[in-house]
Amino acid sequence: MIQINALQFNYPSADFRLSVQALEINTREKVAVIGPSGSGKTTLLNLVAGILVPEAGRIKVDDVAVDSLPDAGRRDLRITNIGFVFQDFELLDYLNVLDNILHPYRITGALKLTAEVCRRATELTERMGILSRLKHKPEELSQGEKQRAAICRALLPQPKLILADEATGNLDPENKNLILDLLFESVAEQRATLLAVTHDHDLLPRFDRVIDFREFRVTGAP
Amino acid sequence: MIDSLYIAWRYSGHNKARTATLVACVTLIAVLPLSLNLLLKESERQLLSRAESTPLVVGAKGSALDLMMNTLYFDNEVPELIDMNAVDEVVQSGLAAPIPVYARFQARDFSIVGTTLDYFDFRGLEIARGRPLAVLGECVLGATVAARLGLEPGDAIVSSPETVFDLAGIYPLKMQVVGVLEPGHSSDDLAVFVDLKTAWVIQGLGHGHEDVAKTKDPTVVLKRTADSVVANAKLVQYTEITEANLDSFHFHGDSGVYPITSVIVVPRDTKSGTILRGRYLNQATSFQIVEPKQVVDGLLQNIFRIKNVLDAVILVVGLATVLAIALVFALSLRLRQRELGTIFKLGCSRMTIARLLAAEIFIIVLVSGSLCAGLMGVVDYYSGDLVRALFIGGGVNLA
Repeated sequence: MIQINALQFNYPSADFRLSVQALEINTREKVAVIGPSGSGKTTLLNLVAGILVPEAGRIKVDDVAVDSLPDAGRRDLRITNIGFVFQDFELLDYLNVLDNILHPYRITGALKLTAEVCRRATELTERMGILSRLKHKPEELSQGEKQRAAICRALLPQPKLILADEATGNLDPENKNLILDLLFESVAEQRATLLAVTHDHDLLPRFDRVIDFREFRVTGAP
Repeated sequence: MIDSLYIAWRYSGHNKARTATLVACVTLIAVLPLSLNLLLKESERQLLSRAESTPLVVGAKGSALDLMMNTLYFDNEVPELIDMNAVDEVVQSGLAAPIPVYARFQARDFSIVGTTLDYFDFRGLEIARGRPLAVLGECVLGATVAARLGLEPGDAIVSSPETVFDLAGIYPLKMQVVGVLEPGHSSDDLAVFVDLKTAWVIQGLGHGHEDVAKTKDPTVVLKRTADSVVANAKLVQYTEITEANLDSFHFHGDSGVYPITSVIVVPRDTKSGTILRGRYLNQATSFQIVEPKQVVDGLLQNIFRIKNVLDAVILVVGLATVLAIALVFALSLRLRQRELGTIFKLGCSRMTIARLLAAEIFIIVLVSGSLCAGLMGVVDYYSGDLVRALFIGGGVNLA
């Protein structure tokens, strides 16, 4: 599903360089990424999602070379094939839960908002236990409910790859397991691949594989 | 685009204070020049139509503007009074028909206009209900006066004292409403018309009281001789003219020197008007003759000169507002960087983000435009009254 070769990336204004020689993640694999803060875990997710472009090397998602796609192509790939769950939910405070979940459909022509999509959104929220909160604004939700809504937003377009950036980072232990259960369940149902950044070592046994970022060469700027 | 509008609508609704402030700014900056323009056009229309239908006005020397405004619009600024000799002069010239006007007093904030029945014919005023003036002490109301005060023929209206501090002043006169005029959409709608003599009664030049020669109260009589009876201040004067006391009303002194504010002069033809104007150019006379159209033209020139200055000020304020709005959007973009970053990460293009912002601006302009249209509708509806209250005056009661 994901193939990375000789990846090089650095932020122009920061003392940071990410270097990944080779990394492969198989379809339907659930992979956790761990490592110290600032080691480039989030940067890796952004590179895979096509939000950032590498200096050198190759990133393939489902045999598509993300690094060689134009901006529009990367956006389309991201919105149709990749679901992103952010650490701090990143729900839009002026939209209610349903509108937040449907938001990707309203900001791009690559996804079509149909009655079937709305039906699936309702089903998804029911399974996530937030059906009764559809008309509520994010400020009226608990942390767990917010993350469930964010997961619904990521899953609704039925992506083949789900990137989760510390999706359980802001949650209490009880909610952490619940959210992870729901995420794993949905990933299994959608036959998707999961690449999740986490700091929580208690959750690691639940993943198929763990990638420790200390294995990669992370150096200061040359 | 509909999705962008939907999201923008949600954003605008969520940030009510920001949206309301922007809408208020845009509405204000649009309504100000538009309403000013509308009011000035209406004032031009009103001033010109009235002035063009009034050929000449004779009055005391002094401000031609005050004279014209009082005669045509019954403005509160009363020009120096002239006397009925001015009317006689016009009659004797044989060149024009005079219509005396005495617009000095008020009744419940509306001008009382003392004139003759010729005025109604001259202005083409029709009686909607009741009948024209016939007897001393009667009045005919303009349509607006009747509507606002809720008066109909058979009711009464009392003149207002000129000052409440003048204890020796004249008593208010209770006048019978005998007619209500058809709406004319002019200053006539806002006037209480009385016969010239009734106006003089209001002033105290004519009065009615018990016949002192026949009075049974000896304390009223100050001095009695074979030829005359002199009454003291105990003699009560009538404050209402009725059928019973009508005959007791009388005037003292020479009616030729009774006051009026002006004379509307209707020349027989253009030549007569020109001759008449020439006569009044003679510096020996204490009267002046003015052509209202000329006075209004001068007034409008001044108004439009001021309007040009106002337009420039509004333009500058408008530019400043547009810059301020641009700044608000620029700052809000900085504040919304995280939100826009999220949208971008989800797969939104920069073009779509620009479209979302354009949709927000469109909503603000649309709401402002609707508000502006509504306000302009209100201004347009009340423009006639507003013009009379703001530009022309005349003691208009808008309540």
